[in-house]
Amino acid sequence: MAETRRVLIDPLVDNNPVMLQVLGVCSALAVTTSLMPALIMSVALTSVAALSSAAISSIRGRIPNNIRIIVQMTIIASFVIVTDQLLRAYAFETSKQLSVFVGLIITNCIVLGRAEAFAMKNGVALSFLDGLGNGLGYSAVLIIVATMRELFGAGSLFGYSILPLTSDGGWYQANGLMLLPPSAFFIIGLLIWAVRSWKKEQVERADYQIHAVHRTEVF
Amino acid sequence: MSDIPTGNAGEKKRFDRDSVRNTLVVAIGLSLVCSVLVASTAVLLKPRQERNEELFRQRIILEVASLMEPGADVSNLFSTIESRMIDLESGEYVDTVDPATFDAGAAAGDPELGVAIPANLDIANIKRRARYAPVFLVRDESGIAQIILPVYGSGLWATMYGYLALENDGVTIAGLRFYDHGETPGLGDQIDRPDWRQIWVGKKIKDPGGDVRIEVIRGVVQAGSISDDSRFQIDGMSGATLTGRGVTNLVRYWTGPHGFGPYLQQFPLSDDAS
Repeated sequence: MAETRRVLIDPLVDNNPVMLQVLGVCSALAVTTSLMPALIMSVALTSVAALSSAAISSIRGRIPNNIRIIVQMTIIASFVIVTDQLLRAYAFETSKQLSVFVGLIITNCIVLGRAEAFAMKNGVALSFLDGLGNGLGYSAVLIIVATMRELFGAGSLFGYSILPLTSDGGWYQANGLMLLPPSAFFIIGLLIWAVRSWKKEQVERADYQIHAVHRTEVF
Repeated sequence: MSDIPTGNAGEKKRFDRDSVRNTLVVAIGLSLVCSVLVASTAVLLKPRQERNEELFRQRIILEVASLMEPGADVSNLFSTIESRMIDLESGEYVDTVDPATFDAGAAAGDPELGVAIPANLDIANIKRRARYAPVFLVRDESGIAQIILPVYGSGLWATMYGYLALENDGVTIAGLRFYDHGETPGLGDQIDRPDWRQIWVGKKIKDPGGDVRIEVIRGVVQAGSISDDSRFQIDGMSGATLTGRGVTNLVRYWTGPHGFGPYLQQFPLSDDAS
């Protein structure tokens, strides 16, 4: 039971795929200008990660070693296409905004990373939870970033005005930088800083340390 | 294929997942399962997706004509617009083709319904076009208020599809919107930006002599310059010169003599252009 909990809860903060492993950043920059696409993208990636991990795990005993990456990619790609088709049928507007990024879940390192590192070695249920947990970890970052970007960049959340903009007669001067990709970098950077100040064990050891040399040692 | 005989004949042979046989079985089996999954989803959801695409196109047409109201029902609003088919070469209306089911892409490739565009006229770089084309007419009390034309042409990466709305003089632009394109995100896809689309409104396609002059220039239009070409000019998008050129070419082609030119001739030229 503790194992199950750990697999699901760990990727949220302690082993977050975006903040600790710094994976999936490309899509995190692209789809977080507003909350709605970020939310749909989160749902899409989480379901693909969970389902593909479960599927790969269920046939892991049969997957030949030499074609295992291709097998994993085929399974992931199929789920991504199905997800993309579903979005186009039921969330057309948002799928237009997400454009290529749903298709690019195929190349998202988080999904393939969990398949190769976890699903190939663990049971179906556990792999499903692992995929779900990592998807949720990614989603958490996406939603935090998107909330800040939409709130401060456009003064709204889900398109509803929260901070009335000066251009509409309100008091808030929208910060245009928040709508540009670099702002997502800044926010993710600040998040990593915040999490590492809280969880000190996430701080990597320095590659080298400067050693103070005393004059006497030189001679 | 030589099986190494095992010492103990009674023992069940251990399953070898790296064998050629298993590799083939997994590869073929997986491909079959995945292709059935993908194909059936695509087929099952196709009607719904096409309905979405259709509604989206209708909304773009409404938006380009500035008729879209937030929260309004797209189908209802669209039914107030008159759809007609025209023969591009003669510019006459035809009633033999139904604009609702007409597929310009399929018709262009059809030997009967499509025509090849002569290379020297093919500025939009689309090779072939359909013989017929739909037009969408917005009417008010005094008659036709706006004419909306489907336009498409090569962008930097892929074909850009959109609608061009003209005032009833057939020369003044009322709006231009694209509903499908593959331009570079952040650069060429500025063609979707509301402020850039707004620049088009009120610009003239042709000069009084009938020459097609509309152009997306590089840089910012200098209003009131000596030659006063500014009424034909659109601000360029930085980093998207080729996309801008593509837009220029497709608008020029479709409003020119091989596009909707013959059809547009029936509309009176406005005072300042005549």
